[in-house]
Amino acid sequence: MNLHIAKNRLIKGRVTMPFGASDRALDNETQEVGEELRKLIHARFGRSFHIRQVDSGSCGACESEIIACLSPIYDIQRFGIDFVASPRHADALLVTGPVSRNMARALKKTYDAMPGPKFVISMGECAAGGGAFAGSYYTCSGVQNILPVTFHIPGCPLTPQQIILSLCAFLQNV
Amino acid sequence: MKQTDSAQDILVSEKIGVIETAQPHEDELYLTVENDDFARAALVLHKRLDSGVMMFFAQDLRAESGKFKLYCVFLDARRRSWVVLCRDVEAGAPVFTSLAKEIYSAAFFEREMKEMFGIMPQGNPDVRRLRLHDEIWPEGYYPLRKDFTPPQEGSAGQGQYRFHRVEGEGVFEVPVGPVHAGIIGPGHFRFSVAGEPIISLEIRHGWTHRGIEKLLEGKTFLEAADLCERISGDTAFGYGWAFCQSVEKISGCKAPARAQLIRVIYLELERVYNHINDMGGIALDVGFSFPAQFAAMIKERLLRLNGDLCGSRYLKGVNTPGGIRSDIDAQKQGLIRSELTGVEKDFLELQKMLFSSVSFMDRVDSTGTLRTKTARDLNITGVAARASGIALDMRKDLPGIYRDLSFTAAKEQAGDVAARLKVRCNEVVGSLGLIRQCLDKLSSSDTPLQSAVQEKEGFALGCVEAWRGPLRVWTRLDARGRLVRCKIVDPSFQNWEGLAFAVLGNIIPDFPLCNKSFDLSYPGNDL
Repeated sequence: MNLHIAKNRLIKGRVTMPFGASDRALDNETQEVGEELRKLIHARFGRSFHIRQVDSGSCGACESEIIACLSPIYDIQRFGIDFVASPRHADALLVTGPVSRNMARALKKTYDAMPGPKFVISMGECAAGGGAFAGSYYTCSGVQNILPVTFHIPGCPLTPQQIILSLCAFLQNV
Repeated sequence: MKQTDSAQDILVSEKIGVIETAQPHEDELYLTVENDDFARAALVLHKRLDSGVMMFFAQDLRAESGKFKLYCVFLDARRRSWVVLCRDVEAGAPVFTSLAKEIYSAAFFEREMKEMFGIMPQGNPDVRRLRLHDEIWPEGYYPLRKDFTPPQEGSAGQGQYRFHRVEGEGVFEVPVGPVHAGIIGPGHFRFSVAGEPIISLEIRHGWTHRGIEKLLEGKTFLEAADLCERISGDTAFGYGWAFCQSVEKISGCKAPARAQLIRVIYLELERVYNHINDMGGIALDVGFSFPAQFAAMIKERLLRLNGDLCGSRYLKGVNTPGGIRSDIDAQKQGLIRSELTGVEKDFLELQKMLFSSVSFMDRVDSTGTLRTKTARDLNITGVAARASGIALDMRKDLPGIYRDLSFTAAKEQAGDVAARLKVRCNEVVGSLGLIRQCLDKLSSSDTPLQSAVQEKEGFALGCVEAWRGPLRVWTRLDARGRLVRCKIVDPSFQNWEGLAFAVLGNIIPDFPLCNKSFDLSYPGNDL
């Protein structure tokens, strides 16, 4: 048991670790983009950029990839990005899904609760125009019909690298 | 009366006349009974087959026969077959006698039928809408009717949803959602609490309703296969397979043996990454963050493996009616083997971390208990059922490729968070074994990956035991291979109610833990 605890401690010492040689290039890329991201956040948002994520009717794959960004492999928090629980603490609203009619009001209320200046980023194929769910009787066919979207990130779903790259692109344009 | 009596014999022995019998596929028996006998026949089958209502849905046949048709699906596990009880409903008076008074597992399906078709289940005390929220959607518009036209732009519903109320001194309500604190799907939970323990939980869903069943109508089966993968993103492969299976049954073709083995590999990979994700989630929800992050790393490793194998981290686009698109060649087989060795090592480490932590086990032990009786009444399926002492696993209970592979279906008795965690752990081990078996069989076989699918008229039920539980997809195609009706049932649809019972007597801070141990789908439930 002591050995087990000691081993755990050893593993615990390593955070944000790459897996094996084949993925090292990928992880180095994340690191490079991340450094760029950190500089941008420092310059534009004073050290930290906080995001409130809302699922407006996505299939759940986008959420899974956003969560992956927070895992020790990508650890997006080290670059100054965090996902917050309260819209009052958020600089940007990240919306996934085509906006189901039921979610339209909750989405607006979340946006209204955010302090200015505030930005809306839509993410995923269905968040712009409805994607696979376009033409349904129960979707609003995209976030832009409900909120003023500043930036759209296409993909179905995006990989964590693409999310980090896209956030970088957003910060460059903002 | 023998154990192996067919469903038809059972009905005859109870003096219920069967008007029409059809067996379009080996494992599907359709029995049509007189409308007046329907409720009694359903109750007889429910008891004698020892099966909850697996599906209960309507089809609008007014253009063809001037009537609606209802299908109530039971599982005959002894004969490894589906039994579908059918009846008509007059278009002029769309009313039928509710089954829910006697069979609770029919209740939600009846509510669904009421809102989607406007067919009234007479005698069901609860016909509140599930997905078309009263505040949003006006009265009198039934999306799944063939002559449906959407309400005018800007029209809103006038009604209001009535929550069940618990009254009494010191009872207060805690509403949560639809927008939650974390990165998660939307749902509304209303707790009634007296002091610390939860005395009632009502779950209101429908927030991610996208009208998938309607969208599927009129699509070709190839287009539909694509959309089915977007029902629930974490079960993309399972849904793809379930839908393709139904199309293959209609067309009368069978996926080549090699494709079937590869499907098993992908389905089990999906099971492993999701179960490990849940193990991490359970750890996170008790504040045990190190194993949670460790699990996230294992999951990422598996997602990257998926990406390397087929180009999609969520295994989208692999399934196609007739077979699969993405082969697993010798090089990929080697990759799977080497990655799984690493994953298995890490998984065992993770398991040890969780089960050797006294404070962790203290939190999960006897928390969120779902009793076997309750689980049976609600027709709970999948992981939650197997953790509550119900040995129901479609991989064992239905014919298919899994019958040729050896694995043990996991089962626990306690029904608490710890039991569900153990079931997941055992299933990860089982899945790793299954993948290796398939890889062994794969090396020697060399056949095409797809069979030709004939465009044929007909209907069939596809069912796949995915990581959450059995996905059920009933499809009807017309002669041009377009979908006339597609009914989808996610295990979450019935299991959410199980969660509402499991949390009773627990404290609200343990709710996330109970929730994660079920890990149910919002989009799969809401469709």
